[in-house]
Amino acid sequence: MKYLSEYRDPKLVHAVLADIHKSVTRPWVIMEICGGQTHTILRHGLDQLLPPQIELVHGPGCPVCVTSLESIDKALAIASNTEVIFATYGDMLRVPGSERDLYSVRARGGDVRVVYSPLDAVRLAQENPQKQVVFFAIGFETTAPANCMSVLQARNLGLENYSILVSHVRVPPAMQAILSSPTNRVQAFLAAGHVCAVMGYWEYPPIAEKYRVPVVVTGFEPLDICVGILKAVRMLEAGSYKVENEYARVVTYAGNQHGQAIIKEVLMETDRNWRGIGMIPGSGWTLRPEYEKFDAEKRFRVESVRPSESPLCIAGQILQGLKKPNECQAFGKPCTPESPLGATMVSSEGACSAYYRYRKID
Amino acid sequence: MCLGIPGKILDIYNANGLLMGRIDFGGVSREVCLVYVPEAKVGDYAIIHVGFALNLLSEQEAQETLELLTQMVEPDITDMEEKNLGHSQ
Amino acid sequence: MNENSGLDFESAACPLPFQHTAQIVLGHGSGGKMSHDLVARLFVPSFDNPVLRAGDDAGVVELSIGERLAISTDSHVVWPLFFPGGDIGRLAICGTVNDVAVMGAEPKWITAGFILEEGLEVEILQRVIASMQTATAEAGIELIAGDTKVVQRGKADGLYINTTGIGIVRSGISPNGSRAEEGDIILLTGTIGDHGMAVVSARGDLGFTSSICSDTAPLNQMVRSALDAAGDGIHVMRDPTRGGLATTLNEIARQSGKGIVIEENMIPVKPPVRAACEMLGFDPLYVANEGKLVIFVRPHLAARTLAAVRACRYGEEAEIIGKVGNAPAGMVLMKTIFGSTRVVDMLAGEILPRIC
Repeated sequence: MKYLSEYRDPKLVHAVLADIHKSVTRPWVIMEICGGQTHTILRHGLDQLLPPQIELVHGPGCPVCVTSLESIDKALAIASNTEVIFATYGDMLRVPGSERDLYSVRARGGDVRVVYSPLDAVRLAQENPQKQVVFFAIGFETTAPANCMSVLQARNLGLENYSILVSHVRVPPAMQAILSSPTNRVQAFLAAGHVCAVMGYWEYPPIAEKYRVPVVVTGFEPLDICVGILKAVRMLEAGSYKVENEYARVVTYAGNQHGQAIIKEVLMETDRNWRGIGMIPGSGWTLRPEYEKFDAEKRFRVESVRPSESPLCIAGQILQGLKKPNECQAFGKPCTPESPLGATMVSSEGACSAYYRYRKID
Repeated sequence: MCLGIPGKILDIYNANGLLMGRIDFGGVSREVCLVYVPEAKVGDYAIIHVGFALNLLSEQEAQETLELLTQMVEPDITDMEEKNLGHSQ
Repeated sequence: MNENSGLDFESAACPLPFQHTAQIVLGHGSGGKMSHDLVARLFVPSFDNPVLRAGDDAGVVELSIGERLAISTDSHVVWPLFFPGGDIGRLAICGTVNDVAVMGAEPKWITAGFILEEGLEVEILQRVIASMQTATAEAGIELIAGDTKVVQRGKADGLYINTTGIGIVRSGISPNGSRAEEGDIILLTGTIGDHGMAVVSARGDLGFTSSICSDTAPLNQMVRSALDAAGDGIHVMRDPTRGGLATTLNEIARQSGKGIVIEENMIPVKPPVRAACEMLGFDPLYVANEGKLVIFVRPHLAARTLAAVRACRYGEEAEIIGKVGNAPAGMVLMKTIFGSTRVVDMLAGEILPRIC
């Protein structure tokens, strides 16, 4: 596949890896906040090929997993409504709410449909005028332009039966929260390439400057990841903390102006709860008041959900003796029932299967 | 948030008031929304995410980067093969 | 923005999904872990016997005259009924022929029960039957018993078919999952992911078009050639259907208690299949196939078996993709194109398109 396969060339990847090995003189901790990058690293075992001094920490980069329990419970409540066709991206089906998931809602008769694009959800609304179509609008900045356009399109088509349940999250506030945490060990970031395709990378220099942390805008193929890490390592070794762009074939400094304009038109900043982490101020987007009529939360009045989190951490299961330590996916870190590290992994049946599916053996 | 792959624009048209295009991913094609890349021309490559083109792909940037990296490979070839034998076990 | 936000990012965990024990969900039909758990929890305890417990594609029973029969049953509920490269009828015949053949048996007879939805166009049923006739002729088997029932509109996707196939196991041969042995070479008879992606494409709800065709095919002649070449040197044969190559290899690793290692760069995938998978976030290793086999064979017979398979229709693109070791027991590892090694797990539930 053009502009994809070239970035999986083992010769090129190994050449860059060799350069990383040559450049590294001391330990470094590098974080990527992007489910797609995590997926690539684990699927290709890239972390095994890096010098041992480099520790890759996988940040909360999967919008599916960080979507707050409250949002999931609201989605479940809406999807259970017999008047509703609930349209969602595929990843969300297995994400557990307080008591159930979209799978079980569908099993009990809820009309839950997986769509590839939010415009498919708009089409569902056109084709089913007697039903309410609600689209679960999750994602980072990458997905915001698409989710927003679905609202504008519904408005242009005069659809009264389309609304979205918004749960957008933003990367820069998360990066700031990570860097300002007292337990932070991250020394460099790989910034999410497709987030930056939309937003550009003008938001990062102030962060890099403030926390003295180099940031490399990185793509998603193995070669991208390796070059991104190389650039980060070179900056770390040189003590510099600039922002560099590895993904120049797609990302520009200013980003996509049209996309940013539409986001500004339709969405506004809000505080957001990141599941398993906590509340990060200003880290989310929600619909502006002018677009209230497309807000599913207001249309369906789902205020009364009372979320209660079930054990997230697989180490909890170890403590209860439900799983053996060697079934724990604590990636590269020892985890014992006596001293669980708080798993960063999820089971193979997880909503995000990247971690478990591609784990290495110890 | 991240799953976006490059595709080639085969055709551009308007549908339901939106700028749309037919994109080829190498034997598989799909209709995609091009509102965020109004400057797109047939034959351009774009990164497609959830049925939308996020940005056009700069073929020039892509060629330049790949050429630079390919130049790295030739002198380093023996070095890296030895290193990899050590690390992939 | 506060300083010292006190948030701990390194112990963030992805939420573990529910186990779904009270109601059947679609994931139970995917052929992966959920399907296996359902069978183990609900079915096996009620019908427990050694044949069932073996967990192979067909049950092998011995007749008092010393001959062994391989018997397999399958239900076909694919939608849409017609897709590029095949249809539910062809799928029904080939699927069961293959399940019988991989036990080292010559398929002879098949039965078919039809559940027809009220309102189904007879013309569609005729097309399905015609396709089944073509498939039985190609496979050289006879349809000897059948049944039809009609259910109310809305209670079936047009048409469901259940088949039972019976074959006579070749004497001196016993390929089955538990026999994988250290050193066995693993052959894959062709490209993976064709069937699953052809059906997804035909369904239309993900909106893409492609040239991908299902690989649905009867493989009993290929099995015959392979057995002629290697006899009892073939320890396991299986067709990687729902759940894909990854799930099938995991099943065999578990049944035999052995470890399997495969090489990513040896696994053939057609370019449009790869493109469709990339677009949706699918891994071809987990996508269904209906015209492929994995064959586990002793190393000194591997080259001959490969040549025999490649000389067969449907086996032209066969490759050696890996081998069996003793560790890690019950697991499948893959050497990536970069030389690193990663675990290849069984499919969990349904394959779903992802954005992340």
